Amino acid sequence: MSNTTRFDAIVVGAGPSGNAAAYTMARAGLNVLQIERGEYAGSKNVQGAILYADALEQMIPDFREEAPLERHIVEQRIWMMDDKGHTGMHHRSDDYNEERPNRYTIIRAQFDKWFNRQVRDAGATVLYETTVTDLLRDAQGRVIGVQTDREGDGYYADVVVLAEGVNALVGQRSGLRPELRAEDVALAVKEMHFLPQETIESRFNITGGEGVVIEAMGTITEGMVGTAFLYTNRESISIGIGCLVSDLSRVGKCSPYQLLDRFKAHPSIRSLLEGSEMKEYAAHLIPEGGYRAIPELAGDGWIAVGDAGHFVNAVHREGSNLAMTTGRLAAETIIDLHRQGQRCTRQALGAYRKRLENSFVMKDMKKYKDVPRMLEKQGSTIMDLYPRLMNGAAQTWFRVDGRDKKAKENAIVKAAWHARGLGLLGDAVKLARAWR
Amino acid sequence: MRIFVCIKQVPDSAQIRVHPVTNTIMRQGVPTIINPYDLFGLEEALRLRDRFGGEVTVLSMGPPMASESLRKALGYGADRGLLLTDRFFAGSDTLATSYALSRLIEKAAEEQGMPHIVFCGKQTIDGDTAQVGPGIAQRLGLSQLTYVSAIDAVDPEQGTITVRRRADHGVQVLSSRLPAMITMLEGSNQIRRGTQNDVLRAARSDITQWNAAGVGIEDLSLCGLRGSPTVVKRVFAPSVRSEKATIVSSESGVSATASALIEAILERQPALETDLLEQASGY
Repeated sequence: MSNTTRFDAIVVGAGPSGNAAAYTMARAGLNVLQIERGEYAGSKNVQGAILYADALEQMIPDFREEAPLERHIVEQRIWMMDDKGHTGMHHRSDDYNEERPNRYTIIRAQFDKWFNRQVRDAGATVLYETTVTDLLRDAQGRVIGVQTDREGDGYYADVVVLAEGVNALVGQRSGLRPELRAEDVALAVKEMHFLPQETIESRFNITGGEGVVIEAMGTITEGMVGTAFLYTNRESISIGIGCLVSDLSRVGKCSPYQLLDRFKAHPSIRSLLEGSEMKEYAAHLIPEGGYRAIPELAGDGWIAVGDAGHFVNAVHREGSNLAMTTGRLAAETIIDLHRQGQRCTRQALGAYRKRLENSFVMKDMKKYKDVPRMLEKQGSTIMDLYPRLMNGAAQTWFRVDGRDKKAKENAIVKAAWHARGLGLLGDAVKLARAWR
Repeated sequence: MRIFVCIKQVPDSAQIRVHPVTNTIMRQGVPTIINPYDLFGLEEALRLRDRFGGEVTVLSMGPPMASESLRKALGYGADRGLLLTDRFFAGSDTLATSYALSRLIEKAAEEQGMPHIVFCGKQTIDGDTAQVGPGIAQRLGLSQLTYVSAIDAVDPEQGTITVRRRADHGVQVLSSRLPAMITMLEGSNQIRRGTQNDVLRAARSDITQWNAAGVGIEDLSLCGLRGSPTVVKRVFAPSVRSEKATIVSSESGVSATASALIEAILERQPALETDLLEQASGY
């Protein structure tokens, strides 16, 4: 047992990106120190939460045998909501009942704890209830270690992996990261509602370990850019809603928890939650600025991964998989340098960027790079007007009331034209452009 | 000084839920913590070590995962951790637990020498019996100093100690001979934050584990469920009480509030007025 405070790498944070980085490096034989501020890994981590198997499978192929998973997802519902109801798409397939399911609901407090246990078993040293307060630098400004809120002279390493999440306080305090812009982050709130397993399964038409996911947008966010969700866990339901912080402060009339209360009371949602008991309440910031909001990712002696690097695909509601993948790719970059006996300079760590560009991570981030801007401008049209029009159209179409079908078609077109006019065409073009 | 501290890993009772349908305690996913009462003993032990030198050893009996709590205790600054774990200990009541722990203490004493002080928590938050500490003291022939609010003086050379003990109607100042078993009162100190070296050492330390045979327990009928005369008959969630607290207030000053309060009490306890008047007439 050595008492030295010098390591090959220090990882700040024990969320998906930090655990992935620490795990990958420890497995490769590096001497890794991971520092987590929570009482245990996961105690402070908040997500919806969906686990995309692929990113984890790359590191731990047989994770399904041990990891605490709630339900594998067999049905995805996407809802456009107005005040009274919703119109949407459901996709369900028995194919998802495969041997190695692709998506799971998880409870982060349990999952992260398990993942972190694998990190420790791989040989990393993990400290809890310890907050990194600052980066330590040498005379040239190179990052050489971290200082914490505990008494002592700090911990030292060749490289510091910043996996500290969206707030990135260490990065900001050290001047490596600009402050968060309100346009680039969403504030989401979430509740966990307890319901007996049988009730959940009958209510959502599922059996065994099957799960259902509902993603919703529409008038529920009062014209602000945001979405809501409902996920089925084994014995609970996670329900939440989030909006861009800039919109919340601009509109200023409702707080996220008021939005959530209204979402829960919505006629389409209310009956799904009936009789449930609220178990916990959480709030979290989500970096949604997309590709253009990605800050500098590496410098002399440091590298940023996960939410700290703004890696969230807001369109596809992906985050934890990007976190794990960026954590792993950063780790592989460091392992290569370590084996070649190279220092982790800004230039050498540039290989991380290349790995990202070659992976789905940067390709997806780039694909949707214009979506945040488009939403900034067209937010209320997309979030409020179109859901209303869609639900209105559906109602006109499905009601049988003596009007002939041609007249109904005309009424639907007229309503859309009246509301948006030529803007319809412009919106379609803008959406297509942002999407391509 | 050689100081032993017995700790127990307990479910964080603040986070325990009762299943709304089956009415049973849901332990799954409930985080575990070091029994909060034990931390007052641990901090007192660390302070004595800082003053007199020596070592603090933390001991526990429990499932293998209890080593997490021992590691945490090392992170506060304790020097070593010992875990007694064996499936034969499952279902132990206070009698069986104090037996097993006293054997662990004796085992540790073989290597390190008999401790000057054994600290135990006043009680646990999941059992609330306050019997294990005294049970250990009895078995090992240690002086018992329970409900201690402060240690006034210790002389390891002379083997003496003076403490303050909270008693029913005041504070006792007790002097005793070492070795002693002490349970500290809550609020008597506050657990320190370990240094960077402490937490690093804790994360890297191995917790020594013993099983029943390892500490020389041959008669297994003294352990676990078999060695436990106490039986849990039923576990249930208490029903909500119908009594409610009320706030008595008055706008017109303290004495008016006091009168309103007396009036409110006597209204609910009519017999009290006659009782008090009767008593008063005696003077």
